[in-house]
Amino acid sequence: MGDHLFEFLLRQGDNTLILSHRISEWCGHAPIIEEDIALANIALDLLGQTQMWLGLAAEVEGAGRSADDLAMLRDAWDFRNAILVERPNGDFGQTMMRQFLFDAYHVELLNRLANSTDERIAAIAAKSLKEVEYHFERSATTVIALGDGSEESHARMQAALDDQWTFAGELFETDAGDHALNDAGIAPLPSELRAGFNTRAIAVLGDATLNIPETTFAHSGGRSGKRHSEHLGHLLTQMQWLQRAYPGATW
Amino acid sequence: MSYQDTNPRNEWPLWEIFIRGQHGMSHRHVGSLHAPDAEMAIKNARDVYTRRNEGVSIWVVEAEKITASSPSDKGPMYEPSQSKVYRHPTFFDIPDDVGAM
Repeated sequence: MGDHLFEFLLRQGDNTLILSHRISEWCGHAPIIEEDIALANIALDLLGQTQMWLGLAAEVEGAGRSADDLAMLRDAWDFRNAILVERPNGDFGQTMMRQFLFDAYHVELLNRLANSTDERIAAIAAKSLKEVEYHFERSATTVIALGDGSEESHARMQAALDDQWTFAGELFETDAGDHALNDAGIAPLPSELRAGFNTRAIAVLGDATLNIPETTFAHSGGRSGKRHSEHLGHLLTQMQWLQRAYPGATW
Repeated sequence: MSYQDTNPRNEWPLWEIFIRGQHGMSHRHVGSLHAPDAEMAIKNARDVYTRRNEGVSIWVVEAEKITASSPSDKGPMYEPSQSKVYRHPTFFDIPDDVGAM
């Protein structure tokens, strides 16, 4: 169970860490300053959540590693985030679509984790949920505004959805470890979150006048760590270079 | 007439932001920002002006909906009240229990 729990916590912390880093890449580059600040806030929310998830992961592992060690000193094959969150930002619409898809899943997940039999997990989920409900509000509003906006913004959002829908599928992948945690009442099966996610997606993407792709194919390999995309290594190079070049550096 | 027609620079409208710091206080003007509509103005205000726990309530008002007095009318508008000290309620004794008024 300890291994399953560690794996589960890495998946939570790596999703929030990698997405946080991706969003932070917009800092100073967003289309308007209000969006720039909002994106930086969301990146910082996710980084705070990462601290809690990886902090607990390090505690559960009991190998003397800290949350910082897990974040800064692991290589790509040890990361357990879904491929969706490591994909490059693309244009602003692609970033918002990725954010919306992740937020819709994230709200469903945290709602369930808030009732976890593991009190530490329930506490992290309850605290994160308040932040993530706002993230969802914001990304849903923007997806609707751009999808149901001009001809160009609509076309870009549809392309973003077509591009990313099959990556969202990985969020609901379920393995033996998920079943073990579910049996212990610690976490829901990812597959159980799909219905709630679909309800949110259908409502928002419908208002955005976007068509959900008709495919059941889902990319895979991130949450198992077996086959990340080429993009993760490049992201880690940027994110980890300081600790790699100056081991133990603090400020 | 669409927004594009009235706004050749193609910018989002400007909104004035008012935040209430705590219950019982009044809303105070804290600044302004751009947003496509009122709902997004509230969200942007939340992110720009309340990220350090400054507020419990936000008002947004489209800047062009505000009618302001003209600075050049300063004389007739305000100076007449300067010499009318009897309009200030400073001639009453206020019991200490009342506190700040």
